[in-house]
Amino acid sequence: MTELRAPAQELARFRLRVVVAALFVCVCLGLLAARFYYLQVVRHDYYLTRAEDNRIALLPTVPNRGTIVDRNGVVLARNYATYTLEITPSQVGDVEATLDELAMLVAIEPRDRRRFAKLLEESRNFESVPVRSRLSDEEVARITAHRYRFPGVEVKARLLRDYPQGAVGSHVVGYIGRINQRDVERIEEAGNAANYRGTQHIGKAGLEQFYEHELHGTTGVEQVEVNAGGRAVRALSRTPPAPGNDLELTLDIELQRIAENAFGDRRGALVAIEPATGGVLALVSTPTFDPNLFVDGISTQDWKALNESPDHPLLNRAIYSAYPPGSTFKPFMALAGLETGKRTAKQAISDLGYFNLGNHRFMDDKIGGHGMVDLHKSIVVSCNTYYYQLAHELGIDNIANFMAPFGFGSRTGIDLPGEATGVLPSPEWKRQRFRRPEQQQWFPGETISVGIGQGYNAYTPLQLANALAALVNDGKLYRPHIVRHVIDSRSGERRVVEPEPLREIPLRPANVKAVLDGMVDVNISGTGRRAFQGAEYTSGGKTGTAQVFSLRGQRYVEGKVRERLRDHSWFVAYAPAEAPKIALAVLVENGGFGAQSAAPIARQVMDYYLLHQRAGQPAAEDVEADESLGEEGVNGAGGGPLVPALPPVPAGAPETAR
Amino acid sequence: MSGWRFNPIALVRAFLRPIDPMLTLLLGVLLGYAWVLMQSASPERLDNQLAHFGVALGAMWVVAWLTPTRLLSLALPLYAAGVVLLIGVELFGEVSKGAQRWLDIGVTRIQPSEIMKIAMPLMLAWYFQQREGQTRFVDFIVAGLLLVVPVGLIVIQPDLGTSLLVAASGLYVIYFAGLSWKLIVPLVLAAVIGIGSIVAFGDTLCQPDVDWQVLREYQKQRVCTLLDPTRDPLGKGFHIIQSTIAIGSGGLSGKGWMEGTQTHLAFLPERHTDFIFAVLAEEFGLVGAVVLLAVYLLLLIRGFTIAAFAPTHASRLLAGAVTMIFFTYAFVNMGMVSGILPVVGVPLPFVSYGGTALVTLCLGIGILMSIQRSRLVARSS
Repeated sequence: MTELRAPAQELARFRLRVVVAALFVCVCLGLLAARFYYLQVVRHDYYLTRAEDNRIALLPTVPNRGTIVDRNGVVLARNYATYTLEITPSQVGDVEATLDELAMLVAIEPRDRRRFAKLLEESRNFESVPVRSRLSDEEVARITAHRYRFPGVEVKARLLRDYPQGAVGSHVVGYIGRINQRDVERIEEAGNAANYRGTQHIGKAGLEQFYEHELHGTTGVEQVEVNAGGRAVRALSRTPPAPGNDLELTLDIELQRIAENAFGDRRGALVAIEPATGGVLALVSTPTFDPNLFVDGISTQDWKALNESPDHPLLNRAIYSAYPPGSTFKPFMALAGLETGKRTAKQAISDLGYFNLGNHRFMDDKIGGHGMVDLHKSIVVSCNTYYYQLAHELGIDNIANFMAPFGFGSRTGIDLPGEATGVLPSPEWKRQRFRRPEQQQWFPGETISVGIGQGYNAYTPLQLANALAALVNDGKLYRPHIVRHVIDSRSGERRVVEPEPLREIPLRPANVKAVLDGMVDVNISGTGRRAFQGAEYTSGGKTGTAQVFSLRGQRYVEGKVRERLRDHSWFVAYAPAEAPKIALAVLVENGGFGAQSAAPIARQVMDYYLLHQRAGQPAAEDVEADESLGEEGVNGAGGGPLVPALPPVPAGAPETAR
Repeated sequence: MSGWRFNPIALVRAFLRPIDPMLTLLLGVLLGYAWVLMQSASPERLDNQLAHFGVALGAMWVVAWLTPTRLLSLALPLYAAGVVLLIGVELFGEVSKGAQRWLDIGVTRIQPSEIMKIAMPLMLAWYFQQREGQTRFVDFIVAGLLLVVPVGLIVIQPDLGTSLLVAASGLYVIYFAGLSWKLIVPLVLAAVIGIGSIVAFGDTLCQPDVDWQVLREYQKQRVCTLLDPTRDPLGKGFHIIQSTIAIGSGGLSGKGWMEGTQTHLAFLPERHTDFIFAVLAEEFGLVGAVVLLAVYLLLLIRGFTIAAFAPTHASRLLAGAVTMIFFTYAFVNMGMVSGILPVVGVPLPFVSYGGTALVTLCLGIGILMSIQRSRLVARSS
């Protein structure tokens, strides 16, 4: 019985177990179905986002930086396309070893390595850092072929900045450099972080810095699909970047070049202004430097050479260095005398060669004095005694109040960064300037020094040039400006930078004429006579000498003083005298007497501007040649990764071809 | 003999005789899945896999054509050969991917552990057949020993996935043979509590200096990564994270065939082998996944039906165990890809790329067909 029953029992038991197993299977598969439902329905949005995040990368497309041209269209700053070899440190294990391996494919000089090391320190880890720029086609091909060996190494098409004029006008144009930590903070503060995504360079000096917001443009965005290796495989959509706006300057680069050459190897500054508009025609600071050195990241040696030179080539003397104006201050003093009624033009004083105040004697340059001196003669022969007396009678407050509207001692508001204020001395200024009470007191003797442009007086060449421009412009003071047009990159619209009158100083025309007549005579029979001999135009001028080193009453003899302690040489001038088209101030550091070194520079600049320029059309032809060169091959890839599978981004072509 | 003459229809019918239509249909659907998904996941391997289809279906036919009795008579030699080869692997095996799994027998490299997947249930079914009607507790101990030896040899290779499958195949036979619930329930409970406590105390247990004794370091890592995939997002967790993203982003109806971004942008690792289910879920969504589950369920029901009505004790055990093996493959694979089981390297049955697993699984189908046919023969006679 049991023998027969057993198999049947086992069959029944087996079937029960099959049912149990089937139930278990159903439960488990149900569990899976529930899991799928949870992942695919409940959390679908989350995982979809994760998948999109995985595959989509937003790549910024860096806009082409605007170009800068001078008033005749000569290119001062432009872009050119180049291939750069770049390494993203975060994706590379051993950077040094990678460099060694890359060096077998392309030439990597020790210089490149040093620069790379420097840039590496400055950059964020996830940014790509250039190793080499200006790769040849062959080098590009070689690297691309070996790309699989070098994760984190890329060849990128970049636009590099080029300053075709080299050192000419470098203080005006300035330069761009790689964005450093401080720049990043500034950008973030200004809320521009998004627009600077992908941008590696920023204006660091000059117009490049001041007009950064115009030149930079608007960054575009490219949505690309990336694979698990992080390489872009396909573009999904793109918002093209809007290239930066172009700048057209009031500056004449040929005039600038003439002026810079005229300085030779002397240190100094020159500012030439169009009095009717405040447009800056030339703004020179010598020595200059080559801004192209900064574009790729300046090498340590070059930086050292520039930064540690005793001549301070990076210093923009025209707007940052303030010097005592010396005798160039006298026309303004003369006008102050006339306008305040302390003097009439005809009123003459007797110059015995000195002026006594208390028990201090202020000496004239000429031993024994100039005899009878009226206002006209005081300017022509630059008579100190006349101005000692005048200053004494005016008093420091009147002088300060009269000079301030001309812009002395305040920033002119020129469109360049880093302008200095200068010093227009007054008791008030002295109180604020000094801490100790005994230093804060204003002494009457100090007024006398101020009267001849010495003492605490200190103005930038720009301030002096602009004050002169206001003087010859019947008291109309403009904000000096270097940019004449901003050319909108998208619409092509030329936005005019309107001359901005800062104020109209109420001056009686007869008084102005009396002073200017004196200045005209300076160039005919006075201290500027020799420099302006045979000029084909009328002009007015005034020499000046700024004391560097007080000789404490001893007579100044040039040969006995060390070169660096020699007086600075000034010359201010304008022309043509009837309707001034140019007003300028020249300063030659340690140049000695103004008529010797500064005035000839002024003459050369004026000759070019007033005479040569009318015939100087060849400049315009250069422009076109330069421009076509500048735009060629600029295809706006702007730093995106080079993906051969993608068609070349046709970015900038239409936008830049203006 | 004398009446034999050429008759094509009879020949085809004879050829088709062992074939079970239902199983064939379901197998066809699964291979269809494989064909469609392989084009998306790894089109360059499609031809290879089609060749595997041919070999596997041939093997299936041969097994289906044999009778269960004949199959069971092969149990002992197959099992013995398997054990010997496993020992051979341990002594002379080749190391691949950090594990000693392959044995070079001159002509080709074979993976003896794969043989055990079939040999194990065959052997135990055969053994219980001998003890039919008089099964005692001691038989289960013998069966346990027959199970532990090869499983142990596979564990030390180390190959967690295969040892799990081989162990499961044997345990299913033992279960169907009637191991007392009094033993099964505590075992299952112990397993549940064990896994539960690992999950609960995962953070402590996964500290680098904790030695798990029983499991190897990489197995510990797999379990730990399962508990918290973000622990190692670029390494081992990457698989699970990316596959759950693929599944989840598929949504209800999927991104469309060949449109899976996770698949086509290579975020999904091993997408043609163990993680092919994620391709399915991404491109065909919940619908595609649930239909696949349904196909598996139908296959399992068919298997259970064959088991329930099989004529002999051994064939019942064998059919039940084979069916449960299919289930184990499917459940472990989909569970691991969807992130509820650890990554143990089990392919999605009949769908994942790879010849060996497909042949083994089709041998299982062949066994079911053979048993089904023997039942029909028994009934008609």
